[in-house]
Amino acid sequence: MAMVSDQAAWHPLAALQVMFSYAFMRNALLAGTIVALVAGVIGYFMALRRESFAGHTLANIGFAGAAGAALVGVSPIVGLIAFGLLGAAGVGALGERSLRGRRRADIAIGAILTLALALGVLFERLSSAKAASVYAILFGSALGVSEADLREIALTAVITLLGVMLIARPLLFATLDPEVAAARGVPVRLLSYVYLALLALAVAQAIQVVGALLIFALLVAPAAAAQRLTARPGLGLALSVAIALLVTWLGLTVAYFTPYPVGFFITSFAFAAYLLARLAQIIARRILVHGTTDPGSAHGQPMAEMIREARS
Amino acid sequence: MSSLLTLGVTASTALPPFSLNLLEDAQAMLWYDFMRNAFLAGTAVALAAGFIGYFMLVRQLAFAGDALSHLTFAGALGAVIIDLNPLVGVFGLTSLVAVAIGALGDRARARDEVVGVALAWTLGLGVLFSSIYTATGSAASSAFGVKILFGSILGIPASQAQIAAVMGAGVILVIVLIARPLLFATLDPEVAAARGVPVRLLGVGFVLLLAIAVGEAAQVVGALLIFALLMMPAAIALRLTSRPYVGMALAALLALIITWAGLTLTFYTSYPASFLISALAVVSYLVVVATQRMGRFLAQRRVR
Repeated sequence: MAMVSDQAAWHPLAALQVMFSYAFMRNALLAGTIVALVAGVIGYFMALRRESFAGHTLANIGFAGAAGAALVGVSPIVGLIAFGLLGAAGVGALGERSLRGRRRADIAIGAILTLALALGVLFERLSSAKAASVYAILFGSALGVSEADLREIALTAVITLLGVMLIARPLLFATLDPEVAAARGVPVRLLSYVYLALLALAVAQAIQVVGALLIFALLVAPAAAAQRLTARPGLGLALSVAIALLVTWLGLTVAYFTPYPVGFFITSFAFAAYLLARLAQIIARRILVHGTTDPGSAHGQPMAEMIREARS
Repeated sequence: MSSLLTLGVTASTALPPFSLNLLEDAQAMLWYDFMRNAFLAGTAVALAAGFIGYFMLVRQLAFAGDALSHLTFAGALGAVIIDLNPLVGVFGLTSLVAVAIGALGDRARARDEVVGVALAWTLGLGVLFSSIYTATGSAASSAFGVKILFGSILGIPASQAQIAAVMGAGVILVIVLIARPLLFATLDPEVAAARGVPVRLLGVGFVLLLAIAVGEAAQVVGALLIFALLMMPAAIALRLTSRPYVGMALAALLALIITWAGLTLTFYTSYPASFLISALAVVSYLVVVATQRMGRFLAQRRVR
């Protein structure tokens, strides 16, 4: 897509203006913004709950969902959401996420993942789809987003964000200290189902834009970076969203000026953000060995302790 | 549904029909070169996956195993672009990430993060490599990528099957040799360290071994299938017995049975092998879970 690459070096502003004059770039940026916003929020909870494996599995289930929808002849988004919700229910039901149940949860997720991939292979065979269409599901097509797609994405995003806002407080409590939360009457189990369903929705809406494999990057890396930078939930959530947005915009813009795919740049910038956050954490520790001026690092230890206790 | 019969790798009309004489069936099936190769490679991959998978689950490395099997995609494509043998790329990338996981993610929470971020980035690399690969010619490129992801156990040449057998044997040998200290270090890391067992080294070494097993198997059976064989037989074994050595052997045996059954079914039905084997694996697991829950439920009622 190096249509204006030689101008970029000389007139950056003009080049950006040209970029914004293309409808497909405006749509891509808008869709990317929505996806990044949702991924930043949901991903933060995913990192806190250490459910990256579940997130990755739900993203892979999208492959079976879209292939299945193509086979039956309905819109891919229907298959994506249906399979995502089924997968979330399966992970929840098989997992019995108890305090000691880490391994069991892993196995449940692995079983669902294997089943979904097997079904994906079968559907793809049966629907005689070309390898290229599998690629489209896996890697998405951010530059081919239509107005109708945008409306769909915006709708699911609003639903997902509203859902998260409704359960944010009890979910945080149930995540950080499930035992105490359960003792105080918080429906820990139900919350974990609702959360998984929201994660599935977030993934389903994003798959069409960034693809099954790359939504995962936006879920996991910005949140991981944010957690390295602060232990305060509100600030961490905001940071996670900010990094996700920044990474997406940068990725789309750089991809516009180079001949390489969007997905590569978005994941690479996300990875770079994570590395920078780790570096910043190391430096901050060196500087603040004795001081407690940074509220984030002051809260960091007890919170990490809490999480570790909740786990064991 | 009749169109199913025409879908497989080979036209099923040319193959002998299934009869009740099982010995004759097996002879007829193994008369074909591609089936002999598939059985040889499948046996090696299944046994190695059973042994490694057991430790993978006990050490809570399921997500890492999944990530490593996805890495093979980027590794193979990257190597092909710079004119190397895909094996070099697969082993290079998986070993690199294995060491990073072993070194950076020793605590469970950090591991979830490190594995996730590494997986995300290498998937992005895979996208880049596949776009470069497509741009440099070869129209069959996306088919190549899909082949890496989903494997083609019925299409491997004899030489590759032999390499798979040798590597599988090597992996099994190493895991059997380190089984005792590894088990000790897994179940009680603090006591093991106090007794002079190199816990950290064993940890990194095991992830590396997992990477080698995954890389070797992905070449033969595809990233999808290897994960099914790593995961499900070991999960069943963990539910059926708490004795580690019995569990290991059971996992390997189950992986072998599932693979052989899947290959036989694929020969007679011409559904994709990777689908049949992973579906068999998951269904066996679900049957075991359901039976156990039913048993528990009935026992509770009897007590009341």
